[in-house]
Amino acid sequence: MVTSISEPLSAPLDVGFDYTRSLGPVLGRFATELREHRVLGVRGSDGRVHVPPVEYDPVTAQPLTEFVQVGTEGTVTTWSWIPEPLAGQPLQRPFAWALIKLDGADTALLHAVDAGSPQAMAIGMRVRVRWTAEPVGGIRDIECFEPLDAPERAVAATPEPVTMITSPVHLRYLHSASPEESRYLRGLAEGRLLGQRCPACGKVYVPPRPACPTDGVPTEDEVELPDRGVVTTFCVVNVPFLGQRIKPPYVAAYVLLDGADIAFLHLVLGCAAEEVRMGMRVRAVWRPRESWGTTLENIDHFAPTGEPDAPYESFAQHL
Amino acid sequence: MAGEVAVVGFAQAPNVRRTHGTTNGVEMLVPVFAELLAATGLSKRDIGFWCSGSSDYLAGRAFSFIAAVDAIGAWPPIAESHVEMDAAWALYEAWVKIRTGEVDTALVYGFGKSSAGDLRRVLALQLDPYLVAPLWPDSVGVAGLQARLGLAAGLWTQRQMAEVAARGQRDVDELLARPYVADPLRAHDCAPITDGAAAVVLASAERAGELCARPAWITGIEHRVETPNLGARDLTTSPSTVAAAEAAGAEGIELAELHAPFSHQEILLRQALGLGERVRVNPSGGALAGNPMFAAGLARIGEAASRIHSGAAGRVLAHATSGPLLQQNLVCVMEGR
Ligand SMILES: [Zn+2]
Repeated sequence: MVTSISEPLSAPLDVGFDYTRSLGPVLGRFATELREHRVLGVRGSDGRVHVPPVEYDPVTAQPLTEFVQVGTEGTVTTWSWIPEPLAGQPLQRPFAWALIKLDGADTALLHAVDAGSPQAMAIGMRVRVRWTAEPVGGIRDIECFEPLDAPERAVAATPEPVTMITSPVHLRYLHSASPEESRYLRGLAEGRLLGQRCPACGKVYVPPRPACPTDGVPTEDEVELPDRGVVTTFCVVNVPFLGQRIKPPYVAAYVLLDGADIAFLHLVLGCAAEEVRMGMRVRAVWRPRESWGTTLENIDHFAPTGEPDAPYESFAQHL
Repeated sequence: MAGEVAVVGFAQAPNVRRTHGTTNGVEMLVPVFAELLAATGLSKRDIGFWCSGSSDYLAGRAFSFIAAVDAIGAWPPIAESHVEMDAAWALYEAWVKIRTGEVDTALVYGFGKSSAGDLRRVLALQLDPYLVAPLWPDSVGVAGLQARLGLAAGLWTQRQMAEVAARGQRDVDELLARPYVADPLRAHDCAPITDGAAAVVLASAERAGELCARPAWITGIEHRVETPNLGARDLTTSPSTVAAAEAAGAEGIELAELHAPFSHQEILLRQALGLGERVRVNPSGGALAGNPMFAAGLARIGEAASRIHSGAAGRVLAHATSGPLLQQNLVCVMEGR
């Protein structure tokens, strides 16, 4: 049977992580001073004052140590207008990105300007820092910049050295399964195990792959496989971990379905962990049909069939 | 000629807004490899070295380049490497590998499925992670800062930017009447979000002649980088491109493929490289016609080389960029003989 064309399955995937970063002496000093509503630069090898400070001179690579306090007001050197802010940006209403040369600095700082409209923005315009109400030590202690004619707000500072920043990163993706994987996942929703055979080497892959990793050609011929097979190798899980669903000890095993050339990882339950062995014959124990979806989780686990073990030579090349 | 390296083949996937494929690029790469190997008469076993460029941030999964190796069919085992940047830098690595004499052929590929995520946000993560990325500056907004600097300095106009995007095919007045995406940039000033892949075959002097009737000999390839601190750079020109071009011997150029994801950057690069009116720039349409991330720079080399293969040009320049606002730049000069 040749795979028919149908829309591949896809699902959203949100990836998030709070990165914690040690700041070191230069950026740590900068972040600490920011919390106290002061902006520090560092003097470069050529005498220029870099704001934000850099640890090493961008031309000579010399370590830089001479801190210079600069103003909290400055001049816009260039800007762009963001009519629809993206998640995580400093302002969630239309704003300008700008490079701002603070008074006393020779390089410009990238930040947001809360100007209301692009008509209010201009190269050369004067802006000042708007401090955030709850500083944590870091560039976001500057909420944004604002035109000098905006009303000033009073915000209290909290003095304590800053040595770390936490940067949450959250990205959203729409992940697609390949057409081959989609056939397999849709088969699972019907209680079927669909693999595919490589036209070059004849190996049967389950799950099927967009390309045979040996031959680099798409797998094409669909092969329906039985829900029984053999344990090729296994491990006994004794260690508890976050999110664990089964009480240890239990067995995670590679199961090679009859007629397949590649094993997949699943659970072997239904017998004591120490009874599981290489070559043991197992069958799928399916969850109740009403809970099935496009997922291998439809198979709750594999359980021993009681048949005689498969001889080692029959699965040796699949280890 | 001993020790020299030539581009002997180039193929690319269609540049499209969205594919149904996985983010590991296999579906895009399989036909590209097949086309390239057929054109050069090579089999995968003939390839001495494979080198790729891609990014896990774009793919939204770890070690996505490992999954991409499925597209090769890596048995018996192959020699393989990867760069987490545009595949033009993978080509540089492969060029070095051939120059060492270790191998005599290499296949270089890049791929990216930008449509899976939000590219403007993903690219914010290539900025300084301490003081800049926490603000999530998006790639289009940041490019607008550079465009305005050149506008204010009189180095280019919004009309000239639109003319670059139009390439004589679209009505410039009509483009200029459209709204800003990020003032001063309109949609036509920004490369489209593209899913795609590209691949190039390199060969040593000993092998090139048998694989290609008119190889594109690499006479110079160099790359240079600038500080990541955007506010400390002169953003109206590209000192690193100029330095790379000088080191690569970029003289007597007839045709150039410039990796400019924004219209003003094509003008900027043209000015920085001193490419006169007689130099044909981006006959392929450039990145503004299709911008597969991590492949578009390699595609510039492939496109420029293909003009030598066809006999349309004798000496060409290809440019690739990586990082924000042309931070890192590679220049590859090729000629036909
Ligand atoms: Zn195969």
